[in-house]
Amino acid sequence: MSDQQSLGIGTDEWVAQHEKRLARRSGFLGIIDLLNQKFSPTLRYGILGIAAIAFGAFVHNLYLQRIAANLGVFLILTLGLNVVMGFAGLLDLGFVAFFGFGAYAYALTSSAQLNQHWPTYFSVPAIVIVTAFLGYLVSLPSRRLFGDYLAIVTLFFGQVFIQLIISSDSITFPGHENSTDITGGSNGIPGLDPFVLFSHKFKTITDYYWLLLVVLILLMIAIIRVDRARVGRAWKTVREDSLASQAMGIKVNNLKMLAFIVGASIAGLAGTIFAGIQGAVFINGFDMPLLTLIYAAVILGGSGSIPGSILGAFVMSVLPEILRVQNYSEMLFLAVLILTIAVLGKSWKKFAFNIALVILIGLFFKIIFAALNLTTTPAATWAIAPVSKLLKYWLFIPQNRILWGNIAFIILISLVAYYSIAREKMKLYLLPVIAYVAIFLWEDRLVVEPNTTRQLIIGMLLVVLMIVRPQGFLGKTRVEVL
Amino acid sequence: MSYLGQQLVNGLTLGGVYALIALGYSLVYGVLQILNFAHGDVYMIGAFLGYFVELALGGPTKSVVPVPVMLFLMFAISMIGTGLLGIVIERFAYRPLRGSSRIAPLISALGVSILLQNAAQLIFSANIRSYDTSSFISSTLGFSIGDVTIDSVRITILILAFILMFALSRWINKTQVGRAMRAIAIDRDAAVMMGIDIDKVIRWTFFVGAALAAAAGVMNGLLLRGVSSGMGFVPGLKGFTAAVIGGIGSIPGAMAGGLLLGVVESLTQGYLSTNFSDFYTFILLIAVMLLRPNGLFGKKAIVKA
Repeated sequence: MSDQQSLGIGTDEWVAQHEKRLARRSGFLGIIDLLNQKFSPTLRYGILGIAAIAFGAFVHNLYLQRIAANLGVFLILTLGLNVVMGFAGLLDLGFVAFFGFGAYAYALTSSAQLNQHWPTYFSVPAIVIVTAFLGYLVSLPSRRLFGDYLAIVTLFFGQVFIQLIISSDSITFPGHENSTDITGGSNGIPGLDPFVLFSHKFKTITDYYWLLLVVLILLMIAIIRVDRARVGRAWKTVREDSLASQAMGIKVNNLKMLAFIVGASIAGLAGTIFAGIQGAVFINGFDMPLLTLIYAAVILGGSGSIPGSILGAFVMSVLPEILRVQNYSEMLFLAVLILTIAVLGKSWKKFAFNIALVILIGLFFKIIFAALNLTTTPAATWAIAPVSKLLKYWLFIPQNRILWGNIAFIILISLVAYYSIAREKMKLYLLPVIAYVAIFLWEDRLVVEPNTTRQLIIGMLLVVLMIVRPQGFLGKTRVEVL
Repeated sequence: MSYLGQQLVNGLTLGGVYALIALGYSLVYGVLQILNFAHGDVYMIGAFLGYFVELALGGPTKSVVPVPVMLFLMFAISMIGTGLLGIVIERFAYRPLRGSSRIAPLISALGVSILLQNAAQLIFSANIRSYDTSSFISSTLGFSIGDVTIDSVRITILILAFILMFALSRWINKTQVGRAMRAIAIDRDAAVMMGIDIDKVIRWTFFVGAALAAAAGVMNGLLLRGVSSGMGFVPGLKGFTAAVIGGIGSIPGAMAGGLLLGVVESLTQGYLSTNFSDFYTFILLIAVMLLRPNGLFGKKAIVKA
């Protein structure tokens, strides 16, 4: 605000800050900027592709391959949602229902459930087309009311989809005596046929990995081309200002429906492959948690940005696997915490000051607790992994872990909330305190309950991201016209 | 006949709860034009607060105060506490986003929703708690009209829901803050120029919306007895639907939409099938959106940008 006031009349803000924008950012962000300049987008995609091929060729660990395959399916989903939400700006909260629909459609047409065994090269395209048609149907009632109303219709659609699948295990058709089990209800449908393409039967996860890689490369090329083409540019104008684009002669409703349908069919395709990999479908895999995960991935990376979607998918899909192992999760947590301090500190001097303060706070509490001779949870019970073994000289965990964890949690939330409105000078001292409470909470409670932790982090990330950087990590800043 | 009557009574009770949730959505939408996705989870927090008040007063059977006082305290403390939470949520999750793109507050609300749900699970544990209503309000109490019996829990909820709705419409129509709220809903910029303190009005809006949701949460706890961290999602969705059916932003619309939704749900469950009740509600929503896109009570909006 003070910058603007000192400008005076007749000076353009953009011109006045030209020097400032040219100046290299210091600290950790400066290094990121430098790396950013060195690699062109084509080079980045190339490196990524070669890495993916190398992974498929040289890594034969089944566990890692399964993670990679899951990442592949998740990537298709994020790229699809990126079209709907990123390009066209539609809040489609029924996205996972289309994913589930694709999976269930594949399950019904290639298992003993209805005794149908369609060939893969026929069933998969057919399912994609049917999913697209379903997307068309869902978008129809909300055609005139896109925006907020679309969110409610699609959210409800997702809920109805789940209820229909669960309840369709005992449907009595008119004229029949007994009820038929169509979807297997909450038991799901096991024993699906694997994919058979070019008379090659997909036996292992490796086969699916290569299939996913081919699908992803084709999808990426298609999306990048669409992004630059007439349709992609039109979608973005619709997202930015639908009234203005309508005035330019763009058919807003048709374009929105097209985006919705494209998203639905991509999700349907991902569903068929997912069902093939899993060999079974269960309804609880297509619920809210997955939806929030996909949304978090797209938004984190930067909605509308293709590299952003890839980054988001990596973070959201591989992260939970890492969080499973306590040692990795601790290392990752500390690394992210230090990175956060580095980014928020802006310069190396402040960063060093903050880190020093965190260490001092820890030692201070440790000494006070030792002096008061309070009972603590023995370090042997929580300091199991190598990283926490180091931490035990610095951190203490009180005896009643749950109570103190709850208190720390509330303190942490309050401090983070306060941080968002605190003065710049205050922030410098607040950050180490937040970091200390976060480490305490992590060792006390969160490391024991990885699922809740993951969701908590996602929730907090979404709120903080929307405030600090609404365009996501790799998204471009939009020029807001008010 | 008596079956129909019974279903209607059940539907109206359920509808009262939905209407209270729908009012929160509509109030916030009217003032800020954002959909508060976290509202269902605010409702869940309200139910939990009511439960803890009950526990603090000695539990369902060994209460230290008479039952009506306990009920009053459960509602009052839960409503005030949750209302304050609503203000806090607005301050930190929505206010920084005022004036940003339309999708940012929705995402932020989604984040708050996830945060509240998992915070509740972390702090209160994943167990389902119970109000255990039947052990302090006898289920045989109540009265009957013809063959239809209305038990005392339902009658309490119905009366309270209508009192709250009546109080709300008085508040919006007669008080200074209510008038300011209506002014902001009509034209925000003009209202600001007239010297209306917009932050104060928004604080009030969130307080009242969250307090109504808390009342609905305690009612649901009394009626269905189960309280858990994931309980907010479906009622939130239904309340949202009720607000849309009635015409989002419209106060009488939210009340009518909630009651209609409750009755429809109760009747379809009673006569068609319990398994597909959400499906019928969805059909109702689609039908309303196709026939009256602005809802039953909504005014035709002139859409700009």
